[in-house]
Amino acid sequence: MSAAGHHFHRVASISEIPEGDALHVKLEQWEIAVFNVGGEFYAIDDVCTHAFASLSEGFVEGDVIECPLHGGRFEIKTGKAVAAPCTDDVRTYPVRREDDSVLVGIPAAD
Amino acid sequence: MAGRNPFVIIGSGQAGGWAAQTLRQEGHDQAIVLIGDEPHPPYERPPLSKSVLVGAAPPESTHLFPAAAWEKVGVEHLSGTTAAAIEPQDHRVRLSDGRSIPYQRLLLATGGRPRKLAVPGADLPGIYYLRTIGDSLSLAAELRSSGRLLVIGGGWIGLEVAAAARKRDMDVILVEATSQLCGRALAGDLAGHLERLHRDHGVDIRLNCAVARFEGKLRVERAWLTDGERVDVSAAAVGIGIAPNSELASQSGLATENGIIVDDYGRTSDPNIFAAGDVTNHPNALAGRRIRLESWENAQNQAILVAKAMLGKAQAPYAEVPWFWSDQYDTNIQLVGLPSAWDRMVARGDPAAGSFLVCYFKGGWLDGAVGINSGRDVKLVRRLMQTGIPVDPDRIRDPSVRLQDLLKAGR
Repeated sequence: MSAAGHHFHRVASISEIPEGDALHVKLEQWEIAVFNVGGEFYAIDDVCTHAFASLSEGFVEGDVIECPLHGGRFEIKTGKAVAAPCTDDVRTYPVRREDDSVLVGIPAAD
Repeated sequence: MAGRNPFVIIGSGQAGGWAAQTLRQEGHDQAIVLIGDEPHPPYERPPLSKSVLVGAAPPESTHLFPAAAWEKVGVEHLSGTTAAAIEPQDHRVRLSDGRSIPYQRLLLATGGRPRKLAVPGADLPGIYYLRTIGDSLSLAAELRSSGRLLVIGGGWIGLEVAAAARKRDMDVILVEATSQLCGRALAGDLAGHLERLHRDHGVDIRLNCAVARFEGKLRVERAWLTDGERVDVSAAAVGIGIAPNSELASQSGLATENGIIVDDYGRTSDPNIFAAGDVTNHPNALAGRRIRLESWENAQNQAILVAKAMLGKAQAPYAEVPWFWSDQYDTNIQLVGLPSAWDRMVARGDPAAGSFLVCYFKGGWLDGAVGINSGRDVKLVRRLMQTGIPVDPDRIRDPSVRLQDLLKAGR
């Protein structure tokens, strides 16, 4: 995903999101889940596209997050819905690392 | 109609819908005919006793697929239609309107229907059952603050209806014939936790109590309880279980017993007829016995696997750890496994804080769990059970141990 047109916000230090774990952050109106997959950080919508559930409270297996409520799954790197009952993808957000900080980009307001 | 060699699905609920979608996704390019007695596209039922019942979500929100996606599946959907008979020798299904349609393979996803109360006055208007969108909207119209609802049955449906009615500020009396709530599914102390949850929200719970009869002129006005009390009510909701819709199968000579008997690929006793969802009596490897599940997850996942099996594309038999959830007030309850005859129970987390997990062990093996507001831990337990990793109960109890680390360590 292109980082153009995004404002980046520091959301955590690297050590605050251990590998295989997730952090829920709210940046302006965006509810975002930030994941550490094998030392790389990724950000997607926190709210499942099937029902109201927080993906950051879900179960990470490899690069897939399983929703804590109903078991729908999304690819953390692409936001793609990969298991029933989810059919709609979640949005992805660009992530940057600066020193020991994790930054997430949200669409810049016009 | 239907072109050559159609695959026919009877039942347009969760199982029927996912089966149709899976057949197409797996490359089936012949006709798919979906027969269902309801007017709706395939939908999921859990919200009918939750968000739809309190008016927080429209009924369309339950549809399994967005309209465009469902359109793309390209199903010939015979809605408002009932199958009257199956003729296995001729590979045909006869419809209630007299039409007869051929099948190459047939899937029975006929689900179940609410068990009916058999007491005097039980057919009065104002007494509701809950299974369909129509049922949910009818009951929703009765939930108002000036009324009093009598809920019959302290199982999942009864408890969710009670919670919905309290959300609408309605008086609620709930009668349960046995000595605890959710007796089939929960050990005593967890049932007690649920009982406190509902009492704290103002539900008048009567255990060891049932309805003896209803009375009313034009509609239900009062009920006589078996404890001798007479209660005035504005409506009643009955949730006393589901009976499998297996008559169509048994009348056409398929093996049935507490549902349609299938193997772990959903095959019935006829090689061209399959079944999936609430109606199936199927083997479960982890439980080590045959089971019939009334759950959203089984309806979805068994249907997906059986649809693949109908195409000869199933990679492995259906062998999932049963999983179920309920939402009541702000509490999410999840069950994994079918723990029976467990010999050790360990808790993780603090029940007083409203978020905890209870794990059941049998012969040293993790056999199931119940999580209250702890979805992630339930998923991890399920994964631990699925992979067969040995688990030390004391590690479960220790809040400093992350369950995902137990899973990693076992690999």
